[in-house]
Amino acid sequence: MSGLRILVPIKRVIDYAVKPRVNRAQTAVETANVKHSMNPFDELSIEEAIRLRERKVPIQEIVAFSAGPAKSQDILRTAMAMGADRSIHVVVEEKDPQLEPLGVAKLLKKVVEEQKSDLVILGKQSIDDDASQTGQMLAGLLGWPQATQASKVDISDKTVTVIKEVDGGVETIKANLPMIITTDLRLNEPRYASLPNIMKAKKKPLEKKTLKDYGLDEQPRLKTLKVTEPPPRKGGVKVDDVDGMISKLKELGAL
Amino acid sequence: MAASSRVAASLRRAALSSRPSPCIRNIRPALQVRWKTEATTSASTESVGQLDAKGGLDGPAPAKSIKFTSDSYPNIQRESKFAKLSEKHVQYFQELLGSDSAVLDGVTKDATEDIEPFNADWMRKFRGHAQLVLKPSTKEEVSAILKYCNDNMLAVVPQGGNTGLVGGSVPVFDEIVLNLQKMNNIRSFDEVSGILVADAGVILEVADNYLAERQHIFPLDLGAKGSCQIGGNVSTNAGGLRLLRYGSLHGSVLGIEAVLPDGTIVEDLSLLRKNNTGYDIKQLFIGSEGTIGIITGISIQCPRRSPAVNVAYFGLESYEQAQKAFVAAKAYLGEILSAFEMMDGRTQKILKKVAGTKLPLEGDYPFYCLVETSGSNTDHDSEKLQNFLEHVMESEIVADGVLAESQTQVAELWACRERITECLGHWGGVYKYDLSIPIAQMYDLVEDIRERLTKDGLLGDTDDHPVVDVVGYGHMGDANLHLNVPVRRFDKTVEKALEPYLYEWTSKRNGSISAEHGLGLSKKPYVGYSKSETMIKLIKQIKNLYDPNGILNPYKYI
Repeated sequence: MSGLRILVPIKRVIDYAVKPRVNRAQTAVETANVKHSMNPFDELSIEEAIRLRERKVPIQEIVAFSAGPAKSQDILRTAMAMGADRSIHVVVEEKDPQLEPLGVAKLLKKVVEEQKSDLVILGKQSIDDDASQTGQMLAGLLGWPQATQASKVDISDKTVTVIKEVDGGVETIKANLPMIITTDLRLNEPRYASLPNIMKAKKKPLEKKTLKDYGLDEQPRLKTLKVTEPPPRKGGVKVDDVDGMISKLKELGAL
Repeated sequence: MAASSRVAASLRRAALSSRPSPCIRNIRPALQVRWKTEATTSASTESVGQLDAKGGLDGPAPAKSIKFTSDSYPNIQRESKFAKLSEKHVQYFQELLGSDSAVLDGVTKDATEDIEPFNADWMRKFRGHAQLVLKPSTKEEVSAILKYCNDNMLAVVPQGGNTGLVGGSVPVFDEIVLNLQKMNNIRSFDEVSGILVADAGVILEVADNYLAERQHIFPLDLGAKGSCQIGGNVSTNAGGLRLLRYGSLHGSVLGIEAVLPDGTIVEDLSLLRKNNTGYDIKQLFIGSEGTIGIITGISIQCPRRSPAVNVAYFGLESYEQAQKAFVAAKAYLGEILSAFEMMDGRTQKILKKVAGTKLPLEGDYPFYCLVETSGSNTDHDSEKLQNFLEHVMESEIVADGVLAESQTQVAELWACRERITECLGHWGGVYKYDLSIPIAQMYDLVEDIRERLTKDGLLGDTDDHPVVDVVGYGHMGDANLHLNVPVRRFDKTVEKALEPYLYEWTSKRNGSISAEHGLGLSKKPYVGYSKSETMIKLIKQIKNLYDPNGILNPYKYI
């Protein structure tokens, strides 16, 4: 075996420390002038691919992939600064029809075939849409085995052992390559991109493509009717003294 | 009396990590933040305020074990001119303030437990004998209290969030504590001019959050922001992390409302940036540490909040290189540079050991710097930052570094600087010094002191050495060094080895013995190292003019 060809699809999302706001027209979440970064689950995927290589699993290449607006290049550069070898960017501008999980899965299938990947590591979900479907659909389209919500990955020869998170515990499964893995929070702790590596990443190849290059013309199947914020949490009440607290508790029927 | 520990942040962290999911501990904590923010923010800011009031910042140890200031400073004697509190006085205050919660009465009954948090400071270094705590809600109440105290020769200690580092906000003997926590309303904010008018007792973080919702920023940020009050910040002229960018409070505070010891209400809540009509009296109150009047409200110019914030963290091989990095940062980042902080390698090692956090860089370096930029346009800023980073990497000024790629990483990198104070307290106590020293010599002092303590056999790894280490960090951009000596126990021999030696050292280089912490009780005897006799005389004249009876914050300042 000449070594694994790993594909890591990543997504640019609103930074998870930023509170998302719904736009005035209630059609979508406001994205202009909002800090964006790599989907945190995808950071875990990149990190795991790099760690596999560091653990001397024979790896020929780690390719980062993203479909999204021009700015998605920033996260691809970050992925390469962390340790991915090269990346592919399919440009989907914000004004274009947006991809749904099935569309992404179809696109990824083409990429996997083109790149001859034999392991795809994806985040179990993106924190903007929270669909948690792409990995599974991709496995279905390719007819590959899948291990979702991975918290530990071991590869020896052609066999992959994955410990995955399930309700109330963990499940250990074994499958042969090629396969799909989706990552969960406990898998690893992603590294910082160091400055020397950020500099080096600038010189790594980044290929720009379009959906047409892959022969796809995906139209959304879903229509978003309305986006609303959750109802605001009711604030607490301050009381002046113990008597005030007791009478308040009585008023609320807690005493 | 500014930067103390990152109290609020650490409490919030504690709140997050104590959630019942043991195996999630290894995951970068902020992953949960997005989903927890709404649930915890409001609760945590409140609980921080209350925790502070209980003095519980350093953990569960009861305040009682703190030594009385009057015992640790036996040369300070209670001034006999002050009257002793009686039932009659308490009755007056009770009638004046009405509600029970506004008067903590330890005169006619035993209220030691309730009053203790107001008597002791968060560093557990100072503890007074106050028997009465008053919490007025209006400036009129403050005025009535002060007039009565002035007429009856009762000494008063004004108190805000009680996060000071020099013992200025706690009583020494039986002074009445006048706490401003009930004056906590934001009065107005003008979105066009950016001028905020607020009560003195508003907590800094509350004010900043209020401004954040309106795309503005409080021009002051410091570790204790979750507990400290803006009135206290102004009266101590707090410095902090944003000074490099937004300047000192002497520039941003436009007006104050204060009460003089005789009850006179000084209404000067100016909303004007320019007002050249007579002496600028408000400047006297900024940094007066409650010795000439009590600030009850402020108006302050708040800048627009920068939507684009970037943070980088570097490892450097020497202090020389840190200086070069600072010069380069000024050259390449100019107007967007908003913080340049220096931490020595020892602080980062202690952080790693005590907090158990993974440091951002793999290797060990003797110095680290944190650079923050704030600007209005992400693309412009990134380009400037890229050029700067390329320069410092290629010219080998920095050995290694990381750039925050997300908001969470920004917070994590800041934690490497902000959590130092908290971690240094791990062994029991810390001798803290806050000095302004010409930037080229700033770190020499740390090495000098470390050598001195090692030679005296005070510094070592074992329990029979009182001193754990000598570390330096601080606001390099402002030539402000925080020299900290974490100790296993407070020990007079350590103190003697440090003082007045390091004050003399600083004075010889025309530095300041207190850059931002103020004078309070602990720096009072050493003011001569930074101020001439003439200056001290002028300061005393002002004090006597406004407070002829000396009832405000006695035994301190000058």
